[in-house]
Amino acid sequence: MASRKAIVGLAAVAAATLLLTSCTASGSGDSGDSGEVAGDITFLTNRTDLQTDGTWDEYIAEFQKEYPDVDVKVEAITNYEDDVKTRLSTPNGYGDVLLIPNSVKPSQYPDFFEALGDADDLADTYRFLAPKTVDGVQYGIALGGNANGVLYNTEVFADAGVAEVPITEDDFLAALEAVKATGAVPLYTNYKDGWPLGGQWTNIVGAVTGDPDAQTAMAHDEEPWTEGTDIYALDSLLFDAVHEGLTEEDPLTTNWEQSKGDFATGEIGSMVLGSWAISQFQAAAEDAGVSKDVVGFMPFPTNVGGQQYATIAGDYFLGVNRNSGNKAAAKAWIDWLIEESGFTDAQGMISAVKSAPLPENLGTLEERGVELVELSAAPAGEESLFSDTADLSQVDVWGNIYRQKLIDIARGEADGDKESYFAQLNEQWGSAVSELAG
Amino acid sequence: MSVSTTGPDPVGLSGPLHGVAVLDERGRPRGPGGPGAPGGPGRSQRRAARRGRREGPAGRRVLSRLTPYLFVSAAVGLLLLLTYLPAANMLWYSITDWNGLGPVENVVGLDNYVEVFTNPRILSVFGVSLYYFVGAFLQMALALYFATLLSFSTRFSNFFRGVIFFPYLINGVAIGFVFLYLFQPGGTLDTVLGWFGMTDPPQWLGDADIANYSLAGTSVWRYTGLNFVLFLGAIQSIPNDLYEAAELDGASRWQQFTNIIFPGIRRIIGLSFILAVSGSLSVFEIPFIMTGGANGTATFVIQTLQTAFSYRQVGLASAMAVVLLAIVLVVTWIQRKLFPDEKVDLT
Repeated sequence: MASRKAIVGLAAVAAATLLLTSCTASGSGDSGDSGEVAGDITFLTNRTDLQTDGTWDEYIAEFQKEYPDVDVKVEAITNYEDDVKTRLSTPNGYGDVLLIPNSVKPSQYPDFFEALGDADDLADTYRFLAPKTVDGVQYGIALGGNANGVLYNTEVFADAGVAEVPITEDDFLAALEAVKATGAVPLYTNYKDGWPLGGQWTNIVGAVTGDPDAQTAMAHDEEPWTEGTDIYALDSLLFDAVHEGLTEEDPLTTNWEQSKGDFATGEIGSMVLGSWAISQFQAAAEDAGVSKDVVGFMPFPTNVGGQQYATIAGDYFLGVNRNSGNKAAAKAWIDWLIEESGFTDAQGMISAVKSAPLPENLGTLEERGVELVELSAAPAGEESLFSDTADLSQVDVWGNIYRQKLIDIARGEADGDKESYFAQLNEQWGSAVSELAG
Repeated sequence: MSVSTTGPDPVGLSGPLHGVAVLDERGRPRGPGGPGAPGGPGRSQRRAARRGRREGPAGRRVLSRLTPYLFVSAAVGLLLLLTYLPAANMLWYSITDWNGLGPVENVVGLDNYVEVFTNPRILSVFGVSLYYFVGAFLQMALALYFATLLSFSTRFSNFFRGVIFFPYLINGVAIGFVFLYLFQPGGTLDTVLGWFGMTDPPQWLGDADIANYSLAGTSVWRYTGLNFVLFLGAIQSIPNDLYEAAELDGASRWQQFTNIIFPGIRRIIGLSFILAVSGSLSVFEIPFIMTGGANGTATFVIQTLQTAFSYRQVGLASAMAVVLLAIVLVVTWIQRKLFPDEKVDLT
């Protein structure tokens, strides 16, 4: 009889699994919620290092002084993006407060996340709202933000005789040429690891023309790889640098972790990265016994009539699971993290709170009069258009595949030249634009 | 293994052979006990069930009749749940434009399949499989050579068998990393070549003309051991007296190979051939770890993965997976038609 029970049980499990898999993500929210700032909440984060060194525990202790009835459990996940993407299919499987995975499209936010308020109301207090606004409703607030540009080794550039920070592409290439003469790798692409070729470059879209609507414009442009656009300036500079031999010799064997040390010791001149990387590279410099002042940050080397721009954007955004049973406590934790924890100061990031000052490591941008550009929200109904176009055209502007191909062509390992490849990109992108944006 | 010095042993390695040659001459599954054996327990259970009907009350009779099905249901349930349900799901996704998250929105019919066959960028990656296909032949030739050599009485043959099989036991990810260091500029390979006076080696992975050879070479290194063990097992299952008779007749080693060994293991060679074809169409881990598919080394499976997770077109990627499955089935069918599995008769 026991075996029969077991089998009935097994069948029930099988049936339940079938049911679960067939209704994933469509499950309705609004489970019983008391509305009080009390109870247990789970917080999912990608910062395993802050879990190990006890920073989260310190924050929780501070938080509980204000809200003694709330207990926060932190779950730090190494492979955050992929793991959480999978866990989103279980209604209660993705904690109460989490960093919204980048793979969730804006149009899907209402399926997974609780509305945090009216975007217009929040706009008085917070920056970086645009990417997580859908139909005027806000689904996430940035835990911190970054400026995008180029990290360079100040000593290497000085040794190469580059006194002024280059503000045009030609000056930049000339500077790289001078760095090459000193024996360092002028511009390191991180081709093998791949991700530094994706968002780190595409995030700069908007800085070249100083246009906060540049992404939206690109989503409507059937030929964006044409001189005068942001994406053309970016990819063209990358192509020229590789073509002139100003990047690493064998891109297939680059190594991100190793590159931090090589940068510190002056074997690498520059990399295109967001300001989030500054603290990591400074730590690497200190490990190598070098002053952390070797890590310099400059905006992408372009200007509009002498005025330079740098885009700033939110890093991961905090969101609340719409199926959470303790939404009030979850919101309290988000507010506290953003406004009172001092997280952004400690990390050298730009605070989401408008009134907070810029972090120390970006001070040079202000001194040089660089204007910070925050991309404006896409028009209603077009929140996903830019990434949808990238997906459909298979030109992965947020990924590394098309830029790796660009590098292969530039170094003569794949057929084609700059014109033919940009024409191909235009054709792929254009047909997706005409299908989606009409 | 006590077969090392006494020459071919008909029993020694026949175990793995049964595990591999799962089909008998008529293509039916063959269990370890031969075609007749699996029916045994079933019959005795049926007998037991009949006895139960005579003796027990009605409920027990039904239960004892159900017993065999209940035993089977656990295995079948898991198989359905973990293999056929996901496969059916994939078929379903392949006719939608699902992006991998949230509910399926649009059913697009056969559009994805049309895209797979009309987009030259998707099909052109099959060219990369040719490197691995050619590599697979090299791998079979090497494996056959060593299997034949080591099936005769050879000094240290157990040691060499271990050496040749060893790479197959290493985790594929580890192999990827080991060879990544081997192929680095100034890495192990360049250093060794430097000892022999080759001062200007190419970029083994960075040069697009060479990268695929490097990767296919890694794949050959890894899988030769598997083919080798299959061949060796088959060779050792050939009755010993055939060799003795051949030696009495004054046959040379080469004549023994062409007249006894090769026809004796034809079926295993055929099987290895199918594995080689389907393997070279679906190469994945070695290029994925070593180059991530960059520099013209993307295989069809890597491209499927990129389509699903980089371009978030799970529908299209599912269609690509279905097409790959179909291609492997067709190639296998053609191979079976061209080289039918005749009964081998060495006498």
